[in-house]
Amino acid sequence: MPAKRSYENASLDLTFYEFERKTFSMATDVVDAPLADGKPLETLESVVIRFCGDSGDGMQLAGTQFTNTSAVFGNDISTLPDFPAEIRAPAGTLGGVSGYQICFSNREVFTPGDELDTLVAMNPAALKTNVADLKRGGTLIVNEDEFDKANLQKAFYKDNPLEDPNIMAPYRLHKVPMTRLTRDSVAGLGLTMKEADRCKNFFALGLVYWLYERDMSSTEDWVREKFGKKPEICESNLRALRAGYNYGFSTESFTVHYKVNPAKLAPGKYRKITGNEATAMGFVTAAKLSGKKLFYSGYPITPASDILHELSILKNYGVRTFQAEDEIAAITSVIGAAYAGDMAITASSGPGIALKGEGLGLAVMTELPLVCINVQRGGPSTGLPTKTEQADLLMSMFGRNGECPMPIVAPSGPADCFAMAIESMRIAIEFMTPVFFLSDGYIANGAEPWSVPNVSDLKPIPVSHPTQPNTENGYMPYLRNEKRVRPWAVPGTPGLEHRIGGIEKADVTGNLDYSPNNHSHMVNMRANKIAGIADYIPEQPVEGMQEGDLLVLSWGGTYGSVKTACDHAVKQGLSVGHAHIRYLNPFPKNLGDIIKRFKKVLVPELNLGQLKMLIRATYLVDAQGLNKVKGKPFLVSEVSEAIHKMF
Amino acid sequence: MSTTALPQLTAKDFASDQEVRWCPRCGDYSILAQMRKVLPNVGIPKEKIVFVSGIGCSSRFPYYMSTYGFHTIHGRAPAVATGLKIANPELQVWVITGDGDALSIGGNHFMHAIRRNVDLKIILFNNQIYGLTKGQYSPTSPQGKKTKSTPFGSVDAPLTPLSVALGAGVTFAAKSVDVDINHLQMVLERAAAHKGTALVEIYQDCNVFNTGVFEFAQKKDEKNKNCIYLEHGKPLKFGEKLDKGIRRNSQNCPEVVDINSVPEDDLLFHDEKSPDPGYAAMLASMRYPHSPEPMGIYRCVEKPTYDEAVNFQMNSRIEAQGTGDLEELFNSGDTWTVK
Ligand code: SF4
Repeated sequence: MPAKRSYENASLDLTFYEFERKTFSMATDVVDAPLADGKPLETLESVVIRFCGDSGDGMQLAGTQFTNTSAVFGNDISTLPDFPAEIRAPAGTLGGVSGYQICFSNREVFTPGDELDTLVAMNPAALKTNVADLKRGGTLIVNEDEFDKANLQKAFYKDNPLEDPNIMAPYRLHKVPMTRLTRDSVAGLGLTMKEADRCKNFFALGLVYWLYERDMSSTEDWVREKFGKKPEICESNLRALRAGYNYGFSTESFTVHYKVNPAKLAPGKYRKITGNEATAMGFVTAAKLSGKKLFYSGYPITPASDILHELSILKNYGVRTFQAEDEIAAITSVIGAAYAGDMAITASSGPGIALKGEGLGLAVMTELPLVCINVQRGGPSTGLPTKTEQADLLMSMFGRNGECPMPIVAPSGPADCFAMAIESMRIAIEFMTPVFFLSDGYIANGAEPWSVPNVSDLKPIPVSHPTQPNTENGYMPYLRNEKRVRPWAVPGTPGLEHRIGGIEKADVTGNLDYSPNNHSHMVNMRANKIAGIADYIPEQPVEGMQEGDLLVLSWGGTYGSVKTACDHAVKQGLSVGHAHIRYLNPFPKNLGDIIKRFKKVLVPELNLGQLKMLIRATYLVDAQGLNKVKGKPFLVSEVSEAIHKMF
Repeated sequence: MSTTALPQLTAKDFASDQEVRWCPRCGDYSILAQMRKVLPNVGIPKEKIVFVSGIGCSSRFPYYMSTYGFHTIHGRAPAVATGLKIANPELQVWVITGDGDALSIGGNHFMHAIRRNVDLKIILFNNQIYGLTKGQYSPTSPQGKKTKSTPFGSVDAPLTPLSVALGAGVTFAAKSVDVDINHLQMVLERAAAHKGTALVEIYQDCNVFNTGVFEFAQKKDEKNKNCIYLEHGKPLKFGEKLDKGIRRNSQNCPEVVDINSVPEDDLLFHDEKSPDPGYAAMLASMRYPHSPEPMGIYRCVEKPTYDEAVNFQMNSRIEAQGTGDLEELFNSGDTWTVK
């Protein structure tokens, strides 16, 4: 079963890093007594808010801080950062709007939410591009100071929408002069106007903290640590934060505020984690579990660069990072390090992965273990660098010359990146093969709670390098074991000197051999070796109905929305089962049987039908697709609608 | 006290059991023979030597050596070798490449390995042609060269490999010729002893598609006329009777002079350790037939190597912070406990 967050294996078959779902009890709402400010405090189950503004407005920071605070408070969380490809698009324009959405809840949540309860819009462009996602009756907080003529024009508003009852009627509008109040709050600190205005995001954050009854201390600590060396900046951010909070507390504009109690997560220690953080941590852990050093090589690319950043600071874990001159050098240096005996990985995104194709073929041909992480983004070509998509599955399957099979795993969410990183490395080592790890932009930047594992529960990854010749006639680099896996002798070992390469070779000896029967033998050998991995991965679990009318097959970062939609459908009495596939090549052995137990199959994915094509080809089933390519994850409602249409 | 001396190996011990399959009289044979002769004397145990190659005729080289070897893909050998050398700095890593492999498809990796000063010995077999693909012009073919892909003559300006390498700050640069056995052995030995990127360009005769183009440096009775054999600390001299020399003219450019007509002190004295790469770059620009062409070690300077620095940085982090503990890593950042 895909684990949203926990890495628990103590009670299970440790080989496969099984996961156990946490049980959650649903809390019913209660209305608490009003607080000291006399304003009533309503208790809610779940809230979705979004901060949006110019990409220079610090919205990612505000969102991240709110997320951290909510996570530490004990809410379940799921986030969706959304930012433009340009670092600083022209201020005030529609193209430059950056947003950060978070769902926080007292129960388990799997998605950042379809609709917003509260929207914070820092300028007209942010309002225009985001207001459609705010639910009727939702809270709309705007920085009214930015609604001047110039900014309205940049957002193509003829008139000020805040004055238009037709536009504003569905919402609870709060016009807050944030720019002015922020400037006032930092007056006397000797800041320039520009510096003062940079604190607006803290004002907005403070206000939302009041609105949702949050403790500000973790953000205050963060500010002190981050800006400790610049006392005026530190003080100004703290003042703006307080001013925002106090504005909610004291003005009449806000008559009520809300509270979301902690979620009843399974007991244990948690931390907030993004997909890229979990990925980096998973590979560091995999290296430790194998007693090896980690070699990482990459070329900067959005949205994968954070993995390089994360690993670069972990050198004392035996990590060597190499920022290569290009994507090709990244994969080929990883091949060199794998040949030397390191745990070797590279990460990139679509365009970079395309460049790595030939190198991956060499790794397949020489049968060296490594992991290639693809943090997928919208394509083709440069495509949508900062937006999510799942359109590289077929490239991972087939995007190399010749018959060139590679195992593929895909984490189901941010926290699952940790477990699947270890899994991908295990497969690479156990089967002497390069492995694809398919993350995506949504998983990479999204955050959720992660149940901190006990190190002692993690199972070692056994690695062996021969030290003695494996035959009487010397060392044979392609003499295989019962899983068709060759030994991994590393340079430096006396007596085992041998040659490998990308050219076709005879089995066992590794000597060049182009003969027809040998090539046929080797192509089949490599294919069968990868297909045989199916015997060494967990069986496919099904959530919801185990047989019946509709099987929903999903993979990768869509787990949360598809799971939520399937849960709803089952609750509504529909006969729906959900299988979220984390092992995409080879498929789990029992997947074919599962498919046979259902009348229809629906495959929702963020592409034009790539898993669907594989499922149809493999199982000869008339699978239907739900396909979205907007650079955004599925809404639960979109999946629900597709499920209903299948009945 | 006991010392385990390395068993004295011979050239034969470095030959693999594979049949060598270059064309008859290909210059590669001589280079292979000299390499096998040199390696027993470099003081590195056989199992610590790795040959990494790209694609091209010369790149079959690793299969003919009994050391560790990796025949990679076109142009990428320096990148594979960089990963290998970072992961295990104790290995002596040789990169075998050609003019097309290193300078055309692999130009980027070639340049970056050099500017990082990764401790690799890059042996560039320059035959000025694409042999394996049956005779197209290469990035070192002279302008006007007629080949299958340039039936009316190449209009490309060629690259000078040593100039490119010196531009990227190479710490060891040398040139030799396939059949000049003693000279080639000397150069390979020096490359083996160098710590840092050592680039050795070897003029190599392609007997099938481009034969005879390096005769100026191969023929016993001609080479002294055309080549300056560099010796550190000695004046640049050449000529059948070593009667000609090189000095800098008033524009600071090299010019040929009659030794008997100028005092020896006016000649250029070879300084392979010159910190100024401009001197070696000047030598690299001296190309036959426009000028006598220097052979030997152009440059040999010391600089920290990349592989050393990467490992030093990792080890000093371990020293400063202690070996990373997973428990600590997992619990870094804000955590909370659910009871
Ligand atoms: S084609 Fe030329 S370079 Fe290649 S093996 Fe034959 S002679 Fe040597």
